[in-house]
Amino acid sequence: MGIAEAILLTIATAATPLLLAAIGELVVERSGVLNLGVEGMMLMGAVAGFGMALTTGQPWLGILAGALAGTLFSLLFGFLALTLVTNQVATGLALTLLGIGLSGMIGEAFVGQPGVKLGALDIPVLSDLPLVGRLLFGQDPMFYISLLLTGGVMWFLFRTRAGLTLRSVGDSHSSAHALGIKVVAIRYLAVMFGGACAGLAGAQLSLVYTTQWIENMTAGRGWIALALVVFASWRPWRVLAGAYLFGAITIAQLHIQATNLSDLATWPAPLYWLAELVKSIPSQFLSALPYLATVVVLVLISRNRRLTMMNTPASLGRPFVPDR
Amino acid sequence: MTGDHARLGEALLDVRGLTKIFGTLRACDGVDLAISKGEIHALLGENGAGKSTLVKMLFGSLEPNAGEILWRGKPVRITSPNAARQLGIGMVFQHFSLFEALTAAENIALSLASDTPISTIAAKAQALSHSYGLPLDPYSLVGDLSVGERQRIEIIRCLLQTPDLIILDEPTSVLTPQEADRLFETLERLRGEGKSILYISHRLEEVKRMCDRATVLRHGKVVGHCDPQQETAASLARMMVGSEVHEIVREPAKGADTAAVLLEVDHLDRAPATPFSIPLRDVSLSVRAGEVIGIAGVAGNGQGEFFEAISGEVTQARAGAIRIRGEDVGLMDISGRRQKGAAFVPEERLGHGAAPEMTLSENLLLSRHATDRTVFLGNLGTVQTGALATAARRINEVMDVRKSAENPAASALSGGNLQKFIIGRELDRKPVVMIVNQPTWGVDAGAAAHIRQALIELARAGSAVLVISQDLDELFEVSDAIAVMHNGELSKPIPIADATFEKIGLLMGGAEPGHVPHDERMEVA
Amino acid sequence: MRVELVRRPQQSVLFSALSPFIAFALMVIAGAIIFLALGKNPVLGLYAYFVQPLTEIWSLHELAIKAAPLILIAVGLCVCFLSNNWNIGAEGQFTIGAITGAALPLYFPDMHNVALLPLMLAFGAAGGALYAAIPALLKARFNTNEILTSLMLVYVAQLVLDWLVRGPWRDPAAMSFPQAPAFHSWAVLPELLPASGRANWGIVFALVAAFAVWFMLARTLKGFEVKVVGQSPRAGAFGGFSTARTIVFAFLVSGALAGLAGITEVSGAIGRLQPQISPGYGFAAIIVAFLGRLNPLGIIAAGFVLALSYLGGEAAQIEIGVTDKTVRAFQGMLLFFVLACDTLIHYRVRLVRPAPTTAAKPLATEAAHGHR
Repeated sequence: MGIAEAILLTIATAATPLLLAAIGELVVERSGVLNLGVEGMMLMGAVAGFGMALTTGQPWLGILAGALAGTLFSLLFGFLALTLVTNQVATGLALTLLGIGLSGMIGEAFVGQPGVKLGALDIPVLSDLPLVGRLLFGQDPMFYISLLLTGGVMWFLFRTRAGLTLRSVGDSHSSAHALGIKVVAIRYLAVMFGGACAGLAGAQLSLVYTTQWIENMTAGRGWIALALVVFASWRPWRVLAGAYLFGAITIAQLHIQATNLSDLATWPAPLYWLAELVKSIPSQFLSALPYLATVVVLVLISRNRRLTMMNTPASLGRPFVPDR
Repeated sequence: MTGDHARLGEALLDVRGLTKIFGTLRACDGVDLAISKGEIHALLGENGAGKSTLVKMLFGSLEPNAGEILWRGKPVRITSPNAARQLGIGMVFQHFSLFEALTAAENIALSLASDTPISTIAAKAQALSHSYGLPLDPYSLVGDLSVGERQRIEIIRCLLQTPDLIILDEPTSVLTPQEADRLFETLERLRGEGKSILYISHRLEEVKRMCDRATVLRHGKVVGHCDPQQETAASLARMMVGSEVHEIVREPAKGADTAAVLLEVDHLDRAPATPFSIPLRDVSLSVRAGEVIGIAGVAGNGQGEFFEAISGEVTQARAGAIRIRGEDVGLMDISGRRQKGAAFVPEERLGHGAAPEMTLSENLLLSRHATDRTVFLGNLGTVQTGALATAARRINEVMDVRKSAENPAASALSGGNLQKFIIGRELDRKPVVMIVNQPTWGVDAGAAAHIRQALIELARAGSAVLVISQDLDELFEVSDAIAVMHNGELSKPIPIADATFEKIGLLMGGAEPGHVPHDERMEVA
Repeated sequence: MRVELVRRPQQSVLFSALSPFIAFALMVIAGAIIFLALGKNPVLGLYAYFVQPLTEIWSLHELAIKAAPLILIAVGLCVCFLSNNWNIGAEGQFTIGAITGAALPLYFPDMHNVALLPLMLAFGAAGGALYAAIPALLKARFNTNEILTSLMLVYVAQLVLDWLVRGPWRDPAAMSFPQAPAFHSWAVLPELLPASGRANWGIVFALVAAFAVWFMLARTLKGFEVKVVGQSPRAGAFGGFSTARTIVFAFLVSGALAGLAGITEVSGAIGRLQPQISPGYGFAAIIVAFLGRLNPLGIIAAGFVLALSYLGGEAAQIEIGVTDKTVRAFQGMLLFFVLACDTLIHYRVRLVRPAPTTAAKPLATEAAHGHR
């Protein structure tokens, strides 16, 4: 396996949790709900997935447990924001804070335990194909699930009547209500889907990306996923592109941190000098890159007001009380 | 009542004792209504009389607290709009229930239960729209369409469900007189096809002209059933309001041609602020002391943008674009323009003219903290609540604002009373220039008369008054001259003596004298 | 059966006052359930959490130490939240404030006089304000989502601190320990009553800030501007208040107070810069702000409640051996309950059975009574 192939593989592994969480949140936001609790739901998914896999030895059960935990946790948000019509921003924040706390409490017993890894698929013959074999046919199952989900969401939103209904609810909940569309029910379903996706993303982190439980191990990925949805102007394929861009940034900075200059002694002088320059950057600044990139990307996208206004679901974050 | 029911044995829809209660308010109180096949039945009433509540119950969006609905003689429970559609009841909403980010065809598809492909729906919609002479591009985004075009979508959407009863809620309030005529033709054709129509309006002339029977609501109760042809507009108005409405008194402005120009708009341009907003192009206008100038126009033709520009909520690039009492104010913000003597009343009461959750005295501070700094504010910028309370009490008395508490939140007032407060808040300053957008939208007749009279009196006392409105009746009542805004452009003002509904209506439709009217252009395209 | 909300014409005064208490009671109940689930005695657990820290003088001092940064930050956040600016990066502004304030004694080691401490505090506040100005200006200028930018900057600030204490500012005398040199006595925030405990001037700053901001919000035009722009931006613009100016103002105030909290914490309670300087004060302060119902005076009380939860977590760990990770879970639950209870202020909540067939009920009044 060449070094480039290995890097591409790790990029996919780093991008997958972002993609999973973001594609779920995209559906939530398309229905007009802003759930800032992605980070919290991911952590619940990560801890539940890790715990289940550890106790049963079955990584697949862990993945399922992660999705289930995310879904159940999202229902808390749903009950407050949709049934009790609380402020969605504050409620999402509360979900994240609670998720950090609860997952830390539950995961206390798992700290330092070796986890169970959900291994990569190894499709015979196909994964041995030159160049693309491992990349396309030898990845972990979550990679395929994330791509399937992205394609599925695209199809659902823009090719089905149910998807049209969901988008209509996000555009104007009062019009939808007047037509007899069950706004709150649809939003509950969307929120639960978002929770399941975030839970999957968390489980991927604790069962594929790293096979251990560390408190607060999402390290802001839930927030980056939220930013990706904005960056993608609520379009699934752009979420895909954004997730891989951020996966690449994460992996690039990790590789720079891990590389020893002495290994590059054979490089031609200008390239070596460049490497020397990059290596002189303190590691903390390299670690800050994904966060800084998020800010930059958000600024770039919001500067184009027309694009943002055209694409933002018009009811996003607005409270809705149906009258009967 | 029993006699009525017997006579209408074959009624399509028969409503008995329908009641809806919100909190302590009886929005509908024992309403009886019978509609037979093939009639246009008018539902008359003032704002807040309960018309919208009643039709929402008929369309299944609201659940009645009591009463019964008979459809073709059988009692039914209409639990959702879907149930209503299945019975054969269709609805054209007043505030359209459309989705701006979706296409016309997608909008239509959303209320059709079947899983017909969008392309089929689009083709059907187009065919139907042509047969009724209501041209429509099924693939255009609703957000890009004019108000009239949006209504067409609503109507087509309703007709595609092949309803037996069509409910139209205030359909002409957003149309030009010519567009309204078109609509009446469509409705008469539908009646000819045997459909029944429940037509909600507060415009008496059109009810008299078109409707077979009428039911009049006041304060949630039916006050009478009648044959509009047998009534006069005045007698219908009396039934609606319950008392004589004061006639507006408007003496002609004296010496207005020579009076000083207090407000001047000079070749004002404004780029569109959002993808869906209208640019202003070369708008010029002057208002002299003592006169009321009206600006007519169909909703969404730049009136809101014009108001923002003139009020200073959006400032201009050129100081001379707006002048108040001869001074250039184009670069000033709204506080600066107020300090020059101008006062503003925006279209939306809650959330623009007033902060909904704040009390009346806080809302008084909202627009007057700059002009009345010495009265309402102390040295450190502290708010003088006593002075505010006194002033608020004065305004409430002068404008006869009715409220449930001494100093309630703005949102706790009815629309009419809040509007009286907001207008009174500005009149209390005796402004030299007053600009009002939709002064009586959604306001009951008594309050509307009060407000209109106050605006005329302000002008006659020497101020310049500019009234932007979509209500032509109102403009003809208060204005000395009427200009028309269409697609961001403003026509020359037409003196009230020369103005007719037809003339103004043509301009509202976009016709320059000698040009093809807007609607026909559409059809060619 | 469904839950139905009926909007109240006026906010309920009763529930405005009661909702934080109901929320706290609900959290205590939920806490008892959690202790049971962990196999601990809930009575002992709750006693350790919420009573024991109040029984000793030194412990009350600790309470004041923990409450001070929470109140300072939350008071600033309430200006932000009231003006509808979602600054959730207070933790970052706290960190930067600690860094900029601590820079003074590090770069001017010979400055040993009374001017040093006030300067440090001013630098801390300025650093926090400047750091908060980043999301503020991005929002005001480009309409960039302040929630995400302010939060991202938390991670950046923590990495900057980490770099400083492991790199340029590391104390050479501390062997390989990642920490900056301890402050000399002129740079340390004095204790209030050294005889009985560690509490320092931080709590005084917090109380002064709370009263000052309360006065600003309740009595001045500036406070009116903040509230009206937050509730209804178009009405605010109609009143002549600039949304952009309000954004910047709110972020500067809250950044300054968070920065002040940061330098107060390192100069008072900790005594030096180190990689970890906050147990999540910036985030817990969000809960404080809401528990205090976005009223600075309420925030004082709420700050002590959250401070108590920190101390209680330590006490519960020692007394009944539950992990102190319960602290953040309790805090998160508290915010949930606060938000849920706030619904009661704006709405009447009713459980509604779908109406029975109304055909047989011609009498309107009867049916209406049956419904209530």
